[in-house]
Amino acid sequence: MRAVLVLVALSGLLCACQEAPPEALVEDAAVLHRGNSAEPRSLDPHLIQGEWESNIVGDLLMGLTIDGPDGISIPGAAERWETSEDGLTWTFHLRAHDWSDGSPVTADDFVYAWRRMLAPETAAPYASLLYIFKNAQPVNAGEMPVDALGARAIDAQTLELQLESPAPYLAELMSSFTTYPVPRAAIETHGAAWTRPGNYVGNGPFTLTEWAANDHITLEKNPSFYDAENVALSGVVYYPTTDADAALRRFRAGELDTSELPAQQIDWLRTNMPEAVRIEPFLGVEYITINTTRPPFNDVRVREALNLAIDREILTDQILRLGNRPAYTVVPPGTANYPGGNAMPVAAVPKAERVARAQQLMRDAGYGPDNLLSASLLVRSASADARRVPAAIQQMWREIYIALDIDQADGAITYSRIQEGDYDLGLVNWIADFNDARNFLFLLTGGPNGKNYARYDNPAFDALILESDLETDSARRGALMAEAEALALGEYPWVPVYFLVTRDLVQPYVGGWITNVEDVNRSRWLSVDRSSAQAAGQPSSP
Amino acid sequence: MLSYAIRRFLGAIPTLLVIITLAFFMMRVAPGGPFDGERRLPPEIEANIMAAYDLDKPLYQQYFLYLGRLAQFDLGPSFRTRDFTVTEMIAAGLPVSLRLGLSAIVVALFFGILLGIFAALRQNKAADYSVMTIAMIGITIPTFVTAPLLTLMFGVYGVSLFGLNLSLPVGGWNDGALRNMILPVTVLALPQIAVVARLVRGSMVEVLRSNYVRTARAKGLSSYRVVTRHALRAGLLPLVSYLGPAIAGLATGSLIVEQIFGLPGIGRYFVQGALNRDYTLVLGVVIFYAALIIVLNLIADILYRVLDPRVRYE
Repeated sequence: MRAVLVLVALSGLLCACQEAPPEALVEDAAVLHRGNSAEPRSLDPHLIQGEWESNIVGDLLMGLTIDGPDGISIPGAAERWETSEDGLTWTFHLRAHDWSDGSPVTADDFVYAWRRMLAPETAAPYASLLYIFKNAQPVNAGEMPVDALGARAIDAQTLELQLESPAPYLAELMSSFTTYPVPRAAIETHGAAWTRPGNYVGNGPFTLTEWAANDHITLEKNPSFYDAENVALSGVVYYPTTDADAALRRFRAGELDTSELPAQQIDWLRTNMPEAVRIEPFLGVEYITINTTRPPFNDVRVREALNLAIDREILTDQILRLGNRPAYTVVPPGTANYPGGNAMPVAAVPKAERVARAQQLMRDAGYGPDNLLSASLLVRSASADARRVPAAIQQMWREIYIALDIDQADGAITYSRIQEGDYDLGLVNWIADFNDARNFLFLLTGGPNGKNYARYDNPAFDALILESDLETDSARRGALMAEAEALALGEYPWVPVYFLVTRDLVQPYVGGWITNVEDVNRSRWLSVDRSSAQAAGQPSSP
Repeated sequence: MLSYAIRRFLGAIPTLLVIITLAFFMMRVAPGGPFDGERRLPPEIEANIMAAYDLDKPLYQQYFLYLGRLAQFDLGPSFRTRDFTVTEMIAAGLPVSLRLGLSAIVVALFFGILLGIFAALRQNKAADYSVMTIAMIGITIPTFVTAPLLTLMFGVYGVSLFGLNLSLPVGGWNDGALRNMILPVTVLALPQIAVVARLVRGSMVEVLRSNYVRTARAKGLSSYRVVTRHALRAGLLPLVSYLGPAIAGLATGSLIVEQIFGLPGIGRYFVQGALNRDYTLVLGVVIFYAALIIVLNLIADILYRVLDPRVRYE
């Protein structure tokens, strides 16, 4: 009995030692609770890579341009800018605004940030996005000192940037976290710990107040933000919702105001909480990369057959049912600075004839019902549709004499095998870093290019891309890129499968959420009005 | 006993060293690396990062560098979470996992022992069978089923009883508020209650038949005194050896419970660290877990002696 008493006392102790929870934030009606897929690796813009990290850092810092309410870039830290005749020199005029510690944001802060991003010892994983800046690549490789970078402060409010080649997408790139200014004083004082609450200094609409690792990150409105009167929220809390189904339950219980949509539950969601489902196309493509250097996939007939035999409409309409558009190109529709209009030649073949034609191609290549082609398809086991889509593809390709082995592995293994060329076929995707066709087409350029998984090598394609890089006229540049894409599509280095869609759940009482092609919704533009409604998908209270 | 404890501690050092060595090299044998991802890094950047983490040095040098840091109780930087070191990550997550795990053990012991004694005293009667059937169900239903079910019941739909609103938060730690702990602790405790009840019932049934219990009864002691004073002490022995690893398991967190309830414990570090090839994080958790098991086993052995005078340490 004594043991039991001790146990009761112990359990009382364990439960009683908790303090009052900080209910204040939960109760505050103007705080937005965002489900945010994963824990950030860092809040230092030079060390991050993911969209979930960009979500938070983009609330804390502001680049020369910023993502507008609809994802389109608008002036941010820069009020206006000019471009030289040859498109190689950009001059940005900063708006007068302050860091959250009260000191002014100057052109030097941007120069400092870019040099830090490119300095080899920073080891920034995304430094290559700045390679368009003059001398950025040699600086990053340690071949030149950081002050060789083509960026300088003319005065405190004027910033001049030299480029390697004209880049009509530069204003777009300037809203990416890779180009944000960073607070020099805070970094020099605190070193790597500058990203902790209390140390973090930003020029964005919110400031960092709490970082409980793996639990939540709390931001508060920055009263010294230049446009503070137009920021509706008093704070934002980000939760690392690694489990999409668990996040859905938290969303339904009203604990989360926005969350990621668990794709497998789409039918239930459409029936029970249609008002919360936000699905729109965005700039990403899911594709099967073909190892074009490995027989028999070096045979263009086999690659064409692979493309013919996949029924993309069945995958999008019957299996995914999310409203993805079938992909017959590399560049998604709606990409900026691009005329579009291309399609793979197979798209013109009537659907009824596609399989027969693919069978013919496979027979020409030496395969048939008695001589199957054995191939393996690498799939990331973490991808949301890791089982459903590959299984359907396996069935479709069986028709054209392919015995497909589905090889599931975790992301690190899949990508390292694909990058080393140790694979036949791999189901992967690409999401644009910035809204420009160049950011898709470079996936197929030759030379040392770790992202050209297909090892596609066509000098004519590379020449067209190079020509477009040097072209200052946006329309002509777009036409050159489209010509290059058409060339590549005719040689089938990929099986483009479908274009990606945003998968967001947004409570009906969240205002200002405009679903957009960049799949970015900055908290600055959002508002909450909890008086109006209850959480979506919750049965009405008795 | 002190010299015994010291000897056991010294004996644990080579064991730990073997575990560290094995874990270190096994992690490196796994294909892929910490920086392989969707987006291949350009060679310049990869070289910068490799140098920043000493990954450009030969493997044996990295091993000795790691051991050197470990001797100063530094578990190194995390390869993924770049703003926190591994030591900081474990220090932040451990209190959460400890509180959840220990609360679950306490709950499990309380209900498990009660149910076990109850069943043993009514051996092979209806009450015994129903308790053991429920225990069996408790063991067989996995936490990834009970957790979503309970969150749906208490969080999304909100149960009310006698006009009392019993709805609970579905997820989050909320600095360890009681409301946030109830569901995860229940989910963690349910299977443990079942295991404890079965263990206690089994040993109690045996002990209740033993000679000294019969003697105690013959002396006219009340049934209550016989159970609490004489039988229970021996009946709990198998439980003690079970508790060592069970506490280690619960205190180091559960990946499933942490994922489903969105709790910042250390259970997720191991699996996520392995998936991300976060070498230092996996090693840190392995070392921590190994040390914890060694310590808890030692405590269990010492407790054994306290509970059972027949055990001697040489």
